[in-house]
Amino acid sequence: MIRETFKHNPYRTEKIAHALLFSATVLVVLPVIFILWVIIQKGWSALSWEFLTAMPRNGMREGGIFPAIVGTVYLVVGTLIFSLPLGVFAAIYLTEYAKDNMLTRLVKLAIINLAGVPSVVYGLFGLGIFVMFLKFGSSILAGSLTLAIMVLPIIITTTREALDSVPQSFREVSLSLGVSKWQTIRYAVLPHALPGILTGVILAVSRAAGETAPILFTVAAFYLPHLPESIFDQAMALPYHLYVMSTQVPNVEVSVRYGTALVLLIMVLSMNILAMVVRARFRKRKKW
Amino acid sequence: MAIVEVQNLNLAYGDFPALKNVNVHMEKNTITALIGPSGCGKSTFLRALNRMNDLIEGVKTTGNILIDKEDILDAKTDLVSLRKKVGMVFQRPNPFPLTIMENILFAPKIHQTAQKAEYAVIVEECLRAVLLWDVLKDKLHKNALQLSLEQQQRLCIARLLAVKPEILLMDEPCSALDPIATERIEELMWMLKANYTIVIVTHNMQQAARVSEHTGFMLLGELIEFGRTKDIFTYPQDQRTNDYITGRFG
Repeated sequence: MIRETFKHNPYRTEKIAHALLFSATVLVVLPVIFILWVIIQKGWSALSWEFLTAMPRNGMREGGIFPAIVGTVYLVVGTLIFSLPLGVFAAIYLTEYAKDNMLTRLVKLAIINLAGVPSVVYGLFGLGIFVMFLKFGSSILAGSLTLAIMVLPIIITTTREALDSVPQSFREVSLSLGVSKWQTIRYAVLPHALPGILTGVILAVSRAAGETAPILFTVAAFYLPHLPESIFDQAMALPYHLYVMSTQVPNVEVSVRYGTALVLLIMVLSMNILAMVVRARFRKRKKW
Repeated sequence: MAIVEVQNLNLAYGDFPALKNVNVHMEKNTITALIGPSGCGKSTFLRALNRMNDLIEGVKTTGNILIDKEDILDAKTDLVSLRKKVGMVFQRPNPFPLTIMENILFAPKIHQTAQKAEYAVIVEECLRAVLLWDVLKDKLHKNALQLSLEQQQRLCIARLLAVKPEILLMDEPCSALDPIATERIEELMWMLKANYTIVIVTHNMQQAARVSEHTGFMLLGELIEFGRTKDIFTYPQDQRTNDYITGRFG
């Protein structure tokens, strides 16, 4: 009896549901705030101009993280050079040209699933194919290619979504005006999909900048006394540098480790925020 | 002289026959209306004339459609030049989310049919042809989506005229408009008739009676009756036409 009334009291269940859902949300937000707070609090003191622009000294316990920042930038640029054209072209083909048949659906499914492959598997794949089979060695080239394969699903998926969000009527009108299919895509579809594609690119960049496992075997150097000089050189990179200093080098000051983490976090977060701003502006402008 | 000559046109979406043995011809500089209940195939017929049905997978078309004596159903037909010649106005006004000027110049720029110096002239000519020039001449850089629906539809017609077509296909061009806007678009159609051949699909029988010189009544994919609009609406030869125009079904 009592249970029945309890269950059917809409005011009480409303309160319980609200409290439950609210506390779940708080529990989700808390760790994020906590991570940020800890990293900023412990790493802030290490941040200085020298930290950002100097080479590491004394077994990386002192000096800066300049080569790691440079390496990460190189890797991000390299990743985009390979993944952006390939991903965008493939997405255009899948959205605009491919017939909706079994094979196409399989390809789309494969791409979605590619996004779920653990990043260390990409690393191993990169080691096998690029480093050893193609004999690129542990190099920026091999690392960029590995990261490019990892971010391809992100770029393809967001590009496809961006293309799908362009109304079908734009294509119809354009074709009805005697504009060819490719010209239609180029002039009536792509300009309106561009902000969406850009969002995907930024997400891909932040992913490529932050991952450790794929670069572990393919490019990352423990310590280099100089900057890389060609794409066949190894490079230091922020995520791997952080890993090294946290586990491999004894007696590193806490602030140096957290300072490195903070720099990485700022790089990745600011790119994510940029992606959000671009998307928000796109939504506001979109009126169809 | 017949500009459009349709012979034994059959069209099927997969197994579903959408057009059955349609024969019709249309004269230059006339307005032809197609009426009939929803799903009778009138839009399909219209979209056969500029091969827009090709966009749908699994469409099978047989028969002949001669436009200026050339069979456009031929596999070798160049769709780009066909569609430049046979333009289309859609049910919902669908300007691009660009400025008025960019909308009109969209196709001429891609086709490279005009020099940069001619752009202003083209915009003015096309807007004048649809009676928008006086209203919009100071707002050419305004976004087209801020116009009223009627103005948007006129702009879409202007955008089409910039391609210099010969035949205008209009697929229920007034169905998103109010009665006053509808009347004004109909007046525009009469004006355009001097230079273009117009085929209009409409749900609205009064509209067909007002704007067209020839009317075809379609039912379940067949062209039941075709003739002078006056005759169709006063002395329909077929019982089904009579039932439809007197409002017994549809």
